[in-house]
Amino acid sequence: MTTTSPAPEKSPAAAEHPRGRRPPGRRHRQAERLAEAASVGWKLLVVKILILGALNAVAVYAALVLFASDQPLVGGAVVVAGILISWIYFRRGGLPAKYLLPGVAFLLIFQIFMVLYSGYVAFTNYGTGHNSDKDDAVHAIMLQNQERVPDSPTYSLAVAERFGELSFVVTDPAGDVFIGSAEQPLEQVDGAVVDAGRVVDVPGHDVLDFAEVLQRQGEITQLAVPFSEDPNAGMLRTQDAQSAYLYTSRYVYDAEADTMTNSDTGTVYADAGEGAFSSPQGEELMPGWRIHVGLDNFVRAATEPTIRGPLLSVTIWTFAFAFLSVATTFVLGLFLAIVFNDARMRSRKYYRLIMILPYAFPGFLSALVWAGMLNQEFGFVNNVIFGGAQIPWLTDALLAKVSILLVNLWLGFPYMFLVCTGALQAIPDELTEAAQMDGARPFQAFRMIKLPLLLVSLAPLLISAFAFNFNNLTLVYMLTGGGPRDLDAGINVGATDILITLVYKVAFVGADRDYGLASAFAIIIFLLVGTVSVIAFRQTKSLEELN
Amino acid sequence: MSIDTDSAPRPLRTGRPIRVWMRQTGWRHLVGAVIVVFSIFPLVYVFSASLNPGGTLITANSLFRNMSLDSYVELFDRPQQPYAAWFGNTLFIGLTSSAGSVLLGALAAYAFSRMRFTGRRVGLITLLLVQMFPQLLAMVAIFLLMLSIGEIFPAIGVNSQMGLILVYLGGALGVNTYLMYGFFNTIPQSIDEAARIDGAGHARIFFTIILPLVSPILAVVALLSFIATTNDFVVASVLLIDPDKQTLAVGLYQFISQETSQNWSIFAAGAVLAAIIPVALFLALQKYIIGGLTAGSVK
Repeated sequence: MTTTSPAPEKSPAAAEHPRGRRPPGRRHRQAERLAEAASVGWKLLVVKILILGALNAVAVYAALVLFASDQPLVGGAVVVAGILISWIYFRRGGLPAKYLLPGVAFLLIFQIFMVLYSGYVAFTNYGTGHNSDKDDAVHAIMLQNQERVPDSPTYSLAVAERFGELSFVVTDPAGDVFIGSAEQPLEQVDGAVVDAGRVVDVPGHDVLDFAEVLQRQGEITQLAVPFSEDPNAGMLRTQDAQSAYLYTSRYVYDAEADTMTNSDTGTVYADAGEGAFSSPQGEELMPGWRIHVGLDNFVRAATEPTIRGPLLSVTIWTFAFAFLSVATTFVLGLFLAIVFNDARMRSRKYYRLIMILPYAFPGFLSALVWAGMLNQEFGFVNNVIFGGAQIPWLTDALLAKVSILLVNLWLGFPYMFLVCTGALQAIPDELTEAAQMDGARPFQAFRMIKLPLLLVSLAPLLISAFAFNFNNLTLVYMLTGGGPRDLDAGINVGATDILITLVYKVAFVGADRDYGLASAFAIIIFLLVGTVSVIAFRQTKSLEELN
Repeated sequence: MSIDTDSAPRPLRTGRPIRVWMRQTGWRHLVGAVIVVFSIFPLVYVFSASLNPGGTLITANSLFRNMSLDSYVELFDRPQQPYAAWFGNTLFIGLTSSAGSVLLGALAAYAFSRMRFTGRRVGLITLLLVQMFPQLLAMVAIFLLMLSIGEIFPAIGVNSQMGLILVYLGGALGVNTYLMYGFFNTIPQSIDEAARIDGAGHARIFFTIILPLVSPILAVVALLSFIATTNDFVVASVLLIDPDKQTLAVGLYQFISQETSQNWSIFAAGAVLAAIIPVALFLALQKYIIGGLTAGSVK
């Protein structure tokens, strides 16, 4: 977005101005600038300098940390952003930018960037077992399959800490002192103080005493310090925080050939470009790493039968659910609006007050409460209303869908009632009266005259209600959890799952998380909702033209 | 519709015959009675369940037969489900992000309403378009990004309430700016000009003149975004991991999904307490909210 200072000389800008302020001349502007400079109080200035100073301090800190942790690209972006912010707020003019920047900055990072990042993730195999890069995967595989080297020497051990990070300080049998941490392979240190064969002081580190060791026992027994840069050289580990032993992995990594060899069985696992080491028999070593898979996720969604089938039925149900939700709530809301839109009726205010309660009640609670009421064995609906019948409201595929629509009707009709009442009152009664004079019956008059007018004014709201219900995760997830589950599907999916709950379940529920596939689904949803909305908006435009 | 004349109140004062009254407004009251029962029943049920001491789902069905406040007491006495912490977190996150949203939205709306600059139209249209991709859809990306931010800056990464608030502020423009923009336009520009002639700068005009004048819409936007954030389950459940840091939506869902029918009355007590603030705010401000609703926001 460009944000230059006002350019009132240009006629389009001036014409756009709703209140017809005459474009100020040069002297006028000069005067304005003088007045503005004079009117900025020193308090405001101090606040401004303090805020910007704090922001810049944070930016400098963030940039330093980012550069230190090998993120030069992001660090550079932070530096550029810091300079840009200071420039925008310290220069004269460019007033709109000063007001727009805070909101736009958040929008850019947490919404627009997120959308782009979703797109990026959809083209990777990011997920359980593919979380990190290849070096980490090699490291993790070797770490998981360690065995103590028989007859390896004993290293006398002390545990040291710096900035919360633990290190091993070991004395080898020859008496040399080495230090290393999970990230930093062993290296020799000078200047360590050794007492009775154990290190008691290392420059720059705090050596933990007995109590501290006990406190952090879990961390210490988890720690594995690489012996050298070569991952095959093994790691030092300890059981008792007193002595460390050399452990090596069953897997040997050959950096030249880029293969992992199981030293017990001799099987060679090679990188076949699938984001994991795999044996000639197709067996994969986990964890793997993140790679770009191109359109794989989309292709999987479209062709793999165990995904395609459920995905298709979920898509159909999503459309049905969104459409029926809007239709049922709209019909009931409109009906009630007509019923209560009669000046002769008393106490309308109280009816309205009670009717909006379901809307005021937090949505997630409604879904949970209804889930309890519709419980097959103990719920109020079966136990009291249906006299002990065990109707599987939430566990039968068809009834679960009916239940969701019913609960959504409860949740959504007050909104439709309110907006319909508003829209009805905006339509002059004379129209109906005129039609009735011409001999139309009341319902005819309503259907032919008021309803089209109502639809025109409510169409945008109906479309956004459709889009909202299309993504109404809270209701579906909390009421049925998407169930009853379809056991034949290759993914965790059930009869009432809509697309967005599918995304949630694929990405965050259960042991197997597939962020890549979930993002691909999200992109598909976006395209679907976007297309439907655009078509619907076009349609309503043509409706408007008709009238 | 069949009509039972005995059950309908007799319209004594109007002097209309019952038949006419029934045809004109009586049946409307019948519809009203049905819909009132439909609307209020689940709320009555949950309130009754919350008063049932040590109640499960099945005992909750006997409405108002046993009454005590035991469940409310027990609610605050469960270390595994720190309800008080959830409540406080929800309030903190809701208030902070709604205050932030109002500020960011008002700043932008002021610019769009009072200033003319290149890119203004494009900016307004972009805001509309960006909303077509709800934050919900980007939940995977949000989680992954916050995960990697958390590795370097734990204070704003995954499992940080600050991080969650930042994510919510990402949606601060959008609907809010539209609602506010419309309202800002109704404040005559001559007021700004008069103040400018008196020597007030733009910041002073914005904070001391415009903001008080537009306070009704600020209240509506604050309330709508408070309700939206306190109702959010998805982003909160993805980002907040420790039970102590979670919100009511996440905590109560996990509570009920773990022990569905055992602690029903405790859950009901939690639900009643959680609903009090939003419902009270809603009823108090309904006049304004209904105006805001018709301008295009959905629950």
